[in-house]
Amino acid sequence: MNNPQLNKDGELQHLLTTEGLPVRILRNILDKAGEFVNVAEGREIRKVPLLHGKSVFNIFFENSTRTRTTFEIAAKKLSADVVNLNIGSSSTSKGETLLDTVDNLCAMHADMFVVRHSTGGAAHLIAKHVAPTIHVINAGDGRHAHPTQALLDMFTIRHYKKEFHNLRVAIVGDVLHSRVARSQIHALTTLGVPEVRVVAPKTLLPTMVEKLGVQVHHDMAQGLKDVDVVMMLRLQNERMQGALLPSAQEYFKYYGLTQERLALAKEDAIVMHPGPMNRGVEIDSSVADGTHSVILPQVTFGIAVRMAVMSMLAGSDQ
Amino acid sequence: MNIHIKNGRLIDPHNNIDAKQDVFIADKHVAAIGKAPQGFVAEQTIDATGMIVIPGLVDVAARLREPGYEYRATLESEMEAAMAGGVTSLSCPPDTDPPLDEPGLVEMLKHRARLLNQARVFPVGALTRRLEGAELTEMAELTDAGCKAFSQADAALTDTRVLLRAMQYAATFGFRVWLRPLDAFLARDGVAHDGEVATRLGLPGIPVVAETIALSTMLQLARETGAKLHVCRISSADGVEMVRNAKRDGLAVTCDVSMNHVHLTDIDIGFFDANCRLMPPLRSQRDRAALRAGLLDGTIDAICSNHSPVDDDAKQLPFAEAEAGATGMELLLPLVLKWAAEEKIALPDALTRITINPAQLLGVKMGHLSAGAHADVCVFDPAATWKVEPAALKSQGKNTPFNGYTMQGRVRHTIVEGKLAYSL
Repeated sequence: MNNPQLNKDGELQHLLTTEGLPVRILRNILDKAGEFVNVAEGREIRKVPLLHGKSVFNIFFENSTRTRTTFEIAAKKLSADVVNLNIGSSSTSKGETLLDTVDNLCAMHADMFVVRHSTGGAAHLIAKHVAPTIHVINAGDGRHAHPTQALLDMFTIRHYKKEFHNLRVAIVGDVLHSRVARSQIHALTTLGVPEVRVVAPKTLLPTMVEKLGVQVHHDMAQGLKDVDVVMMLRLQNERMQGALLPSAQEYFKYYGLTQERLALAKEDAIVMHPGPMNRGVEIDSSVADGTHSVILPQVTFGIAVRMAVMSMLAGSDQ
Repeated sequence: MNIHIKNGRLIDPHNNIDAKQDVFIADKHVAAIGKAPQGFVAEQTIDATGMIVIPGLVDVAARLREPGYEYRATLESEMEAAMAGGVTSLSCPPDTDPPLDEPGLVEMLKHRARLLNQARVFPVGALTRRLEGAELTEMAELTDAGCKAFSQADAALTDTRVLLRAMQYAATFGFRVWLRPLDAFLARDGVAHDGEVATRLGLPGIPVVAETIALSTMLQLARETGAKLHVCRISSADGVEMVRNAKRDGLAVTCDVSMNHVHLTDIDIGFFDANCRLMPPLRSQRDRAALRAGLLDGTIDAICSNHSPVDDDAKQLPFAEAEAGATGMELLLPLVLKWAAEEKIALPDALTRITINPAQLLGVKMGHLSAGAHADVCVFDPAATWKVEPAALKSQGKNTPFNGYTMQGRVRHTIVEGKLAYSL
């Protein structure tokens, strides 16, 4: 099976998922992102002309504020022209198919698409459809993948922990519905993290999740014991309606991240969250705002990582 | 018309024939095998040197999409596909628009099919009105109109009391009940086998228990009512085992599998290949192995194409939004030959699954070439290789997981009711 993300020279053509990405490319992205973020100067990010004259189209079929905004900032920092389209689900009811929309935008001379869609595989479908000069970045497709989120998480981990090969990482929460968790797991295992755990009740874990290379825990105390990194996942409110959980209160009681539970992790453990957070549902405010939390740096690093991805994709044309 | 098929290798599994024998056709029927009947004058001679002559294929699941879904396929296009596939008898599920729940609709479909003079069409009638799972259809009237069995197609029948009544009523008249086991609640929103691949791709899964729980209900109700149950499109190892045990216990249950599931698994979905979006979903390698074992030991009686033409627009969508289904009739024979070759099964044995066995499931007199039988014949070249190219398929549905595959074995002539209906 050809990896649809790589061109014939093995360079990144699209970024669709962290699954199957060579470790070389993962490391390149993280290194490149490091060039954009000047941590010594208060994490300031310089503007560079790498995408001057290029058009980046953010097409979001599903609502997002943070991801879309950071992509927009990243593209502007690279001097690209940015067009934002919030298409929502209504346009498909007007009869235009996903690929019709894409064809129209291609006719407007798009160079790069940043796509979010509620259905898994949407970004793959677009990548397969467009001309080889156009690049596609998956900004989240259904439950499948959210590779830039995972990459910014990896950047954050490397920033604080330096290495991957000696880490124990716990991913906590709704793995079943989470594209973030899937992308994190592939990135962590590819980068050589020896122990990745998932912690959740059985209703929030997909079938055979252990085949992704993770240890499965249902008990928070065991799952968090001696970990270096705690990666929290967002819990959507609608999970209560699907008979997946009885209540947010019970979930917080057994799976919420509190100071007390965090104390089971290593002393210098970091706490991450892809946002937006549900305080008091999956994470206690004192942890979210506490000394272990790196949730806001994650957001800043997200800009640098997205700049790195966009500049590498544009660079693969030369 | 009198036809003489000469120099071919005749395989007629039902009559235990596998020999170089000529076939003589006169007056819509098989006049003789081996030696010409007295006074036989051929008006047409087919030289079948190097070819294999078999009874026309019987496909128990081929959607023709008429009435109602003519944008997907028409009777004309799908009958041509049947001829190119050597399929001379087929049964179509009732999930048309409107569903086949009234005798008039069935009569019209049969009439339209007859005018085309190609494959024989044996409709499967709706078990419940509008396939809604609430009220019974006029099964006796539908049978008079030509229905050979009754089914819900892929529509759910969640009310088990209605299912019990439907089976009781069908059993009253000895009608066949064809059901595809799928628990509607467990399968809700699912688009792929609930396993490693679905987990990796984040696709909502359809667990094996969705099949086995529904199957358990059906088998118990068949025992209770005495209805002639046929299990359609079995897909899982656990399901095969349940049918095997039911047969061993003496229950008169039969079973079929789609050719897609004999060859493919969920791994073939790759990176969201919508051509592999099928119902039931492609399952794991262990399931595929069990389906093959079930075919070998007779647990599974027949292989069908589960021909379901889908228009391109409905496939050019993200996997979960794409419509389920694939074209298939033109691939049925080569895929059965491929299975036979892989499993090292003798051709006469393998061919029972697409000739006499499915004919018996339908209760029709096709599927064999005894003297006096209906002259439905398929002549194929076992050595011919060809590449599956969507544009070259006769079916209006161009999507199949086998696009680009090289097939061995190609239909050269199809004879229906003593008339040469197709030649390549």
